[in-house]
Amino acid sequence: MAKTKTVIGSAAVNRKKPLWVRAKRDVTRNWDLYLIILPILVFYAIFHYAPMYGAIIAFENYKPARGILGSEWVGLENFRTFFGTYYFWTLLRNTLRISFTSLLVHFPTEILLAILINELRSKRFARVVQTVTYMPHFISLVVVCGMVLQFTKSNGIITKLFGMNTPMLNNPNLFLPIYVVSDVWQQVGWGSIIYLAALTSIDQELYEAAEIDGAGRFKQTIYITLPGILPTVTVLFIMRIGKVMSLGSDKVLLLYNEAIYDKADVFATYVYRRGIENTDWSYSSAVGLFNSVINLALVVTANTISRRVNQLSIW
Amino acid sequence: MRKMTKGEKIFNVFNVLILLALVLVTLYPVLYVIFVSFSEPMKFMKNTESFLLGPVGFSLKSYEFVFKYGTIWSGYLNTIFVVVVGTSINMVLTIGAAYVLSRRQLGARKFLTVAILFTRYFSGGLIPSFLIVRNIGLMNSLWALILPVAVNTFNLVIMRTAFDGVPESMEESAKLDGANQLTILVKIMVPLVIPTIAVLILYYGVYHWNSWFNAHLYIRKRNKYPLQLILRELIIQNSSANDVGLSSDDDAFLSETIKYSTIVISTIPILLLYPFLQKYFVKGVMVGAVKG
Repeated sequence: MAKTKTVIGSAAVNRKKPLWVRAKRDVTRNWDLYLIILPILVFYAIFHYAPMYGAIIAFENYKPARGILGSEWVGLENFRTFFGTYYFWTLLRNTLRISFTSLLVHFPTEILLAILINELRSKRFARVVQTVTYMPHFISLVVVCGMVLQFTKSNGIITKLFGMNTPMLNNPNLFLPIYVVSDVWQQVGWGSIIYLAALTSIDQELYEAAEIDGAGRFKQTIYITLPGILPTVTVLFIMRIGKVMSLGSDKVLLLYNEAIYDKADVFATYVYRRGIENTDWSYSSAVGLFNSVINLALVVTANTISRRVNQLSIW
Repeated sequence: MRKMTKGEKIFNVFNVLILLALVLVTLYPVLYVIFVSFSEPMKFMKNTESFLLGPVGFSLKSYEFVFKYGTIWSGYLNTIFVVVVGTSINMVLTIGAAYVLSRRQLGARKFLTVAILFTRYFSGGLIPSFLIVRNIGLMNSLWALILPVAVNTFNLVIMRTAFDGVPESMEESAKLDGANQLTILVKIMVPLVIPTIAVLILYYGVYHWNSWFNAHLYIRKRNKYPLQLILRELIIQNSSANDVGLSSDDDAFLSETIKYSTIVISTIPILLLYPFLQKYFVKGVMVGAVKG
């Protein structure tokens, strides 16, 4: 690890000296670099590592007045309570259903859009399609959800279109389609950028060779284009699988209402309500910590698989 | 080039048609919002058709109301403060951290990189983070929207990739002149990575303009609300006409159309800038994708 290589031969000498001697020499030599990064380390310590330490309140009956060290230790009680409720299964089901459906809809549509744009003859029209489909990505989530709510309320444009006359988001079964469709509307263009990049990096000679062999464009797509972007697709797919449990609370929080908790409530929104609204600090921290640990496990697994399959790793 | 077969010609036509349909589907909701925002409030309420091809009647009443409604302007000012100050802090810290982590002579380079990247994959969770921010006294302060997100690890990786690409010889010559690292960073390195810096300014700026969740957590006083929280209040929580200061029956119809004009007024700045900045955003996606 010691890559201090300013003086020839010093690396070998360095390795033999105790850590603190090497550290001291490193700091004297690179004091200006350490000075630059100091505020950033303070930032990560306060806003990322301190909360990891703070997460031990998940094992306590935390009372703010007593502090983290003074509160009563209850071990795994909060976790046991959580896993014991039927609601745990509702949350797990909802989180996985919303995540997987989004994943399975986003992937093919983004890839398809990239291929269709790539096949366009007119580059000018291709640019128009790109500019328009990337645009919703820059509209704020509050505005997008506001539009969804306005369009699907009892006299909203979409409600009228389907011949209904009650707010669509009061129907628990419509939450998932509304969530996914609005998400695709907002992100499909932006999501296609990465595949478009993969498409343009495919060796053009392959297409020329296929043309000489008499392969039409459809065959070229099947035998050259798709295999060409397969590595990108696999890596992104595996990584997204690793994130299925970390569905954020933002969008659900903006769209759902009490009437549809049964189908719309997820881990993140539950943590928010129990913690921030009911100040049930320890219990909600336990739910959050459970979620964080599962996330980490999933990402590590996904990365291990990706490394096996493609020799590609995110770290 | 070889002649197109009949099948390919048909495909081309369909391809154009499909994408044209997509363009319309993407644009229409936005156009609809604009149409309603210019509609006459009463006529819009009585309208029974679902699709509009233009405003129902024409009126600037809802815009007049929104412009007079003070909270939206205080929201605008709060958001502008967060965007300007927040993005500046973001950039200074991100550039500094990325530069240091790209220096090979740094003994703790690997340790620090791992420690920082680890936070992308594991966190203490929402509640412990909330308690930290509350305990250091940032409740109801705009700094609560700036400090907890002072560095974005993903953007830090993009920035470091840019510094990695600068040839080492650039630095060596400056060192011979006895310059310290801060001078080297500011005078030599920063000018070489301007395109990436532009990308990150845009990413951070748009993030601050659009973000609402931290404000929702930490800001409870209305005069400190950023734009997105005002928007949420107006268009998501069903605020009745009274809440926003409409009293007479005549004005009651306005409560519908002002939601739409509020959306237009708050989104216009980004949508007007976006086409000019598009290529920078796209470039960032490419760089970021390499090290996801």
